[in-house]
Amino acid sequence: MIELKGLSKSFGKKTVVEDVTLKIHAGAITSFIGPNGAGKSTLLSMVSRLLDADTGEVLLDQSDVKKMKSDAFSKRVAILKQANHLNVRLTVRELVSFGRYPYSKGRLNEEDHKFVDKALAYLNLTDMQDKFLDELSGGQKQRAFISMVIAQDTEYILLDEPLNNLDMKHSVQIMKILRKLVDELGKTVVIVLHDINFASVYSDRIVALKDGRLVKDGPTNEIINSESLREVYDMHIPVQVQDGCRICVYFNSNN
Amino acid sequence: MGLKMKLWMLIVAVIILSVTSLFIGAINIKPSDLLNWDSLETQIFLISRLPRLFAIILAGAGMGIAGLIMQSLSRNKFVSPTTAGTLDAAKLGIIISMLFFSGMSYIGQIMFSFAFALIGSFIFMQLLERIKFKDAIFVPLIGIMYGNIIGAFSTFLAYEANILQNVDTFFQGSFTLVVSGRYELLYVAVPAIIIAYIYANKFTVAGMGEDFAKNLGLSYRTVLNIGLIIVAVISTTVVLTVGIIPFLGLIVPNLVSLYLGDNLRKTIPHTIFMGAAFLLFCDIISRLIVHPYEIPVNTTVAVIGSAIFLIMLFRGKAYAQK
Repeated sequence: MIELKGLSKSFGKKTVVEDVTLKIHAGAITSFIGPNGAGKSTLLSMVSRLLDADTGEVLLDQSDVKKMKSDAFSKRVAILKQANHLNVRLTVRELVSFGRYPYSKGRLNEEDHKFVDKALAYLNLTDMQDKFLDELSGGQKQRAFISMVIAQDTEYILLDEPLNNLDMKHSVQIMKILRKLVDELGKTVVIVLHDINFASVYSDRIVALKDGRLVKDGPTNEIINSESLREVYDMHIPVQVQDGCRICVYFNSNN
Repeated sequence: MGLKMKLWMLIVAVIILSVTSLFIGAINIKPSDLLNWDSLETQIFLISRLPRLFAIILAGAGMGIAGLIMQSLSRNKFVSPTTAGTLDAAKLGIIISMLFFSGMSYIGQIMFSFAFALIGSFIFMQLLERIKFKDAIFVPLIGIMYGNIIGAFSTFLAYEANILQNVDTFFQGSFTLVVSGRYELLYVAVPAIIIAYIYANKFTVAGMGEDFAKNLGLSYRTVLNIGLIIVAVISTTVVLTVGIIPFLGLIVPNLVSLYLGDNLRKTIPHTIFMGAAFLLFCDIISRLIVHPYEIPVNTTVAVIGSAIFLIMLFRGKAYAQK
């Protein structure tokens, strides 16, 4: 389990995250939601050590992540920031192989290759493994990066807006894969999401932030209702149940 | 440029060009002349031709690798020691050491120049981190401006000391003066290239950005610094022995990247041999065009290199922007 205790972060005079304390439950998808500038990505970056918190600490199974060795940490927690702008000319297989870097330092053994093969197959990338990344579509590229993170074989997978720039079909595809990772492989997934309906339909738990503060933290069905959402987004969001999914119909809301 | 080079093709090219290079010159040497150990031809061969060949190969391979590392670490295809102030900083270091520390030993001057090259490229990388607008063309333009500012200091110092012409001659890329005893510093590039190959995977990972590298447990800062040290070592040794060779570090890694990608473990061997072949070719042209005289190799490199560079530019920015 990952615990966040009193995390705060400021950039200059602006406080981006303020005193956030919460637990990330293992074996579940947790979505970070909230308006623009709520501090979701900053929070995720602090959990994954990409950013140092000003105050507070992040505990991974009771030990402070700051004190962990970087390659030990990278075998347990993987973070994928928005990566669509990366146009480095690697083949899909080369990229996914770098997921084994914490274990192999680039010299892959038999076992590493098996992990790479499995990670490629898991995202249906086996056929295009020798293509260069810059020859792929946005959705394929995102799948390649997620495949790399799977090859990294960590218990925790943190994703910063993985649906950015993806169309509906590819977004659904990615979310289904994340669901499979949790249900079949027992991973713990934390995602920053902009689309509240993807958060509602696919996540087990929701963490809502606003102006850097934690507003809501709980199981999805306790958060996706009009009262709670008003607190987060300052607008009226009717929620309808469709095929067992809670869908927020906010498109013609009059506040 | 749909060329797909195999490594053996590049090696064969280097061998053919090397043999050609050895038997071209003001004095006609035939292979049979070399059988006589005491002949003038053998002496010229050993004192002038062979050192020249080694110098060209080392400088070509070295500048290619230096460019490759800079492009990977700056994540920009158009950055190289010539467009990042590295060479200008090395040059300033040499001028300062010549003017103000004239009693300094040769080794001292080398270290002085190396320190300048290192600090120069380091400041450029810091500049890159500070600017938000990382356009493919904008970044090298900043590098060129930055290099010119450093260059202005050099020119001012040289002008004040009345050595402007000497300085220009000194830094003009040329292998004319390369003879036995005057080029051996270039061998320092060999361990630098070997270290680059050992670090190839780390440079590739670092080339995908700090967050990406950190996620894989890589110490980004350390890798960045090692890369800059390698670039500074290679640039300094090349500048001190043969002068400034433009464009090579820019176009050779890009040509390799086009058909082989950006995985440095794969591209470093190709870059070494293509860099050597390119410079050998340019040097042969320089020696044939006004035979038995020759023109400085950097002129030939600039003409051929800029043509290739323009083609690359017109092929589109999309490819260059990572």
